[in-house]
Amino acid sequence: MNRSETTRSFTMATWLGWQVESNWTDPFLFAIYVIIKPLASAAILVVMYSIITGGAYESPLFPYIYLGNAFYTYVGAVMAGVSWAVIDDREHYKTLKYMYIAPINIPFYWLGRGVSRFLIGTVAVIVILTAGVLFLNVPLDLTQVNWGLFIVSLLLGVTMLAMMGLILASITLMVAHHFFLIGEAVAGALYLFSGAIFPLEVLPAWLRPIGYAMPITYWLELMRRSLIGDVAQAFPTLAQYSNLQLLGILLGLTVIFAVASVFTFRWCDYRARELGLIDRVSNY
Amino acid sequence: MQANPSLALSASQKVTGWRLFLKTIVARAYPRVIGQQREKSWIFFDIFLPMLGVAAYVYVYRAIGAPEEYVGFVVMGGAMTSFWMNVLWSMSSQLYWEKEQGNLALYIIAPNSMMAVLLGMAVGGLFATTLRAAVIIVAGSLMFNVTYAVASFTQLLLVFFLAMTALYGMGMMSASLFLLLSREAWHISNLAQEPIYLVSGFYFPIKSLNFWVAAAASIIPLTLGLDAMRQLIFPSGALLGFLSVKVEIAVLIVLCVLFLTAAKFLLDYMEKLAIREGRLTESRR
Repeated sequence: MNRSETTRSFTMATWLGWQVESNWTDPFLFAIYVIIKPLASAAILVVMYSIITGGAYESPLFPYIYLGNAFYTYVGAVMAGVSWAVIDDREHYKTLKYMYIAPINIPFYWLGRGVSRFLIGTVAVIVILTAGVLFLNVPLDLTQVNWGLFIVSLLLGVTMLAMMGLILASITLMVAHHFFLIGEAVAGALYLFSGAIFPLEVLPAWLRPIGYAMPITYWLELMRRSLIGDVAQAFPTLAQYSNLQLLGILLGLTVIFAVASVFTFRWCDYRARELGLIDRVSNY
Repeated sequence: MQANPSLALSASQKVTGWRLFLKTIVARAYPRVIGQQREKSWIFFDIFLPMLGVAAYVYVYRAIGAPEEYVGFVVMGGAMTSFWMNVLWSMSSQLYWEKEQGNLALYIIAPNSMMAVLLGMAVGGLFATTLRAAVIIVAGSLMFNVTYAVASFTQLLLVFFLAMTALYGMGMMSASLFLLLSREAWHISNLAQEPIYLVSGFYFPIKSLNFWVAAAASIIPLTLGLDAMRQLIFPSGALLGFLSVKVEIAVLIVLCVLFLTAAKFLLDYMEKLAIREGRLTESRR
């Protein structure tokens, strides 16, 4: 693989993705746009929780819900961000065919397009966490955070999400514009099954195995444990696993998804070229 | 080959006035009702995505030990998200999509009323979305064992009719505002989802918010429509209601008149402005 081509594809796509995402308005309005949507999403859960519990934010369940929801921002941002690049380039800007004939590495180009959403998601996560600490007594003490576990889990998790995004992007290559909700649908389904905003025990027993098969379940648990330690470990869902075991599971699943993404891309790319789908425009 | 005389006659008949207005409504509603049913994946996503949200919020309420009627509140709210999504993406930003695809100029130069085009979009969208919302309510009620106790069918139907008229009137009004937008239209529609779910109480009683926040959110017809419907179909709904149903009906009537009138005036104004500034055919990607 040509390393410089790979790096160039990734960095150029990152810059392009940032321009596409941000230059439709002035920086001030863009900042509001980035912050309001995830904050509103978190506020819905906060209001629901406070109505029922009378504002019992000291309960371990509250940081469980709050942090899970905050870090889930990355799932929609990275996964849907990477796959959306295909629709955006093919149907909206009608440039996908030019990307294909340019001297770039397509998978790394798509991954680069997802970076801007990752950056936007990071801002949203920081704002949500700050609001939680300042106004809702989320027990997040920066001196008590397991930073090593946090950084390793975050990097591993984002890589895993990027690989899932690449799989979705490859599939998107094969389908018409009317499946443009595929990223949202997958992110929505995983929101339900990955224990992001409620412990998996709340799900019916026959649905729980889906949650245990999802790497996001283990990733969110690691993020919670790295930030609030014992509070997160109080929940029985993954209590029997140590941090190291959870990291091992996450790493294993990430490798599986990475291998799957390579094969999925190769197959979808081959079929899309065979069937002439690279420049297909459905015009709606 | 001889031409079919009846076809030749119908083609030569010129329809004008209110007949043209009605025909335009039917013509624009047709793709909304028939076309959308042809694309099966849209039906699936239109039902599946709100159902995912409904299920997630139901399980949150169960995790925190909420009374069962809150599950019903979520199912109702989830069904109503379909209408909000439809108004946002298929009413407000529709003229932006039409501009992107090059249809907008054709609408303007055709000898029909743009108001009729918007009404057709609203009628067709309302019909198609009602079918999807009904499926969400039925499926959600069966999945989560929601029980209903309707206090008054007449008031329930009236509230639904008024809320939808006002909501789609609002959609028609904002469609004219979106006429001037380009790329930002997509982002504005995207932004108007979660914040509106929050302030309009899609997943909790609006009464739980501060009075003035709830009062301000009442400008969105679904806020009071949803609150009134919850009061009318759940036994404890009246206790958790923001205002009395009669007051909410009165406010919804005012909103209907306000939005439909504003839609008419704004559309005329924005159309002229867009023509003057040459924005009908621009495509700032």
